[in-house]
Amino acid sequence: MTPYEDSLLRLVHTDERLVIMTAENRAPIKELIPLIPGRFVDVGIAEQTLIGMAAGLALRGRRPIVHALSAFLTMRSFEFIRTDIGISGLPVVMVGYVPGFLSDANGPTHQAIEDIGLMRLVPSVNVFCPSDQQELAEALPEILLTEEPWYIRYLNTNGTTNETGVHLLKIGKPNVVHRGFEICILSYGVLLGYASRAASLLERSGISVQVVNVHTLKPIDTDFLEDCLAHFAMVVIVEDHFRLGGLSSIVAETVAQCHRRIESTGSRVAAIVPLTLGDRWFKPTLFKDVLQWEGFTAEALAARIMKQFKHEVSYA
Amino acid sequence: MTGDERNRLKALAFRVREHVLRMATGGGCFVGASLSCADIMVFLYASGIARLSPDSDSERDIVLLSKGHDVPALYATLAELGYFDIRRLSNHLKTSDAIYWHPNRSIPGVEFHSGSLGHLLAVGAGIALDCKLSRSAKRVYVIMGDGELNEGSVWEASLVASAHKLDNLIVIIDRNEFQANLPTEQLIPLESIERKFESFGWTAETTNGHSFEDLEETFRHLPFREDSPSAIIAQTVRGKGVPSLERRADRWFANFSEAELSMLLDELKTGISHSDIQLEGSVVR
Repeated sequence: MTPYEDSLLRLVHTDERLVIMTAENRAPIKELIPLIPGRFVDVGIAEQTLIGMAAGLALRGRRPIVHALSAFLTMRSFEFIRTDIGISGLPVVMVGYVPGFLSDANGPTHQAIEDIGLMRLVPSVNVFCPSDQQELAEALPEILLTEEPWYIRYLNTNGTTNETGVHLLKIGKPNVVHRGFEICILSYGVLLGYASRAASLLERSGISVQVVNVHTLKPIDTDFLEDCLAHFAMVVIVEDHFRLGGLSSIVAETVAQCHRRIESTGSRVAAIVPLTLGDRWFKPTLFKDVLQWEGFTAEALAARIMKQFKHEVSYA
Repeated sequence: MTGDERNRLKALAFRVREHVLRMATGGGCFVGASLSCADIMVFLYASGIARLSPDSDSERDIVLLSKGHDVPALYATLAELGYFDIRRLSNHLKTSDAIYWHPNRSIPGVEFHSGSLGHLLAVGAGIALDCKLSRSAKRVYVIMGDGELNEGSVWEASLVASAHKLDNLIVIIDRNEFQANLPTEQLIPLESIERKFESFGWTAETTNGHSFEDLEETFRHLPFREDSPSAIIAQTVRGKGVPSLERRADRWFANFSEAELSMLLDELKTGISHSDIQLEGSVVR
């Protein structure tokens, strides 16, 4: 059992409204399934029906937690999420498997790198992107307490995860996992650990770097972001998402809202450096090779950030 | 069904059609399909075949209008039966109320919103599954259009409902043989709908959607088969009851003038067409 399955099992036992559903994506719950007879529903490879049925169950007071591959969950059934769940605000929790870089060598069909943008667009749907299983498991009870719809980027225990040792304190509140004062790196999900190690490398070169785990992308803590934009020379966003729609967009939206306020205090708004996938799909290969190829290993991130920082310093 | 009972339902259906025609003015509504499903709506809500009443009843059956554009017939039926003040029907499309072209849950009697086709069969399957899990005897009726059967999500949900043996789930298809702008068989032929559902593991029957006796005979046998969802294909006529609107491809959505309305109300009463009069206010969307 993974920490996620452990957490789900406890919740299924304590809350009789919970129904665990899947569109034949059993990997994240395979050990759990035999333990919850009568509380598990597999609709087959039918993401639209998964969402429609979850809406019907939620309408009757049940609390469905649904699973499907992120790409198909958020895109094949997008209109069902928007119309059946978004309009009504029904408390359905949608868990997307292999989001972002985690689709490995599957290719662009399976790459969910617009998922956060899409889910963020739907009124009433919240977005949570944990940096490891422990954070996911710890957040679940709080997520269910909100009685609101959520999209969660699932993270498996394999591969590199959050090695910072600092975990979620509260949904909606970004976590500072590494303190610093010159550069602020904002990241989430599977890349947080790499961003954190990049910060350590940069510090060896004498640059002070703060790293923040922005696990909750919606609702976003705008005050926190504004504070970062006012107090750091450079804000770097590290995310396995297109440049549009994800955390980079969120930061840009925040700048648009708060730049006058920051400037009125005599400060300058931080330089914004989005390290994203830009406007293209990533190289389909094994996860560690994706990171290498796309420049998201700790070393590559440190080098990219260093280059930008030098550029900013010369510009300043 | 006694003659008195049939006459009571007929009188109610007449008033529902009157309301539908009135809602087809001052901005208009989807009049053709609203008239075709008026008898189905009246039968379902007023015959006693389903457990439905204006009083909130946790054991009530659930009706979902998946083809939301028929909402004038639904609202007229609900208002006539006392779910809400009948005077609210005159608020159609007004900012002071929430009575617009598709259903929403702020109107008493509406279980879930719709408008986008192909959604509520899956939602209905979810509710039916909840009833199975709760060992509730209630039934879930989903009213769909024949044109709606073009949507792939209908067939996806049909497969899943059948796999989960949801025999408390009943689909009623308003088979008026038209989709938005064209006869269904001209655009995307649907026949045989019965065999399509049967091959998906459902049990299907065809009936006359304008005969209360035939509807009663069909509904009396529900579920048609244990462990299988049921599909009722109700043969209807688009624009039913108003001769100059019947079977007209261009009477899907219409916005009539007051003069046209009085002529159409007269047709509804007499059953005689004023086909020599051109309907100027009609709009094909």
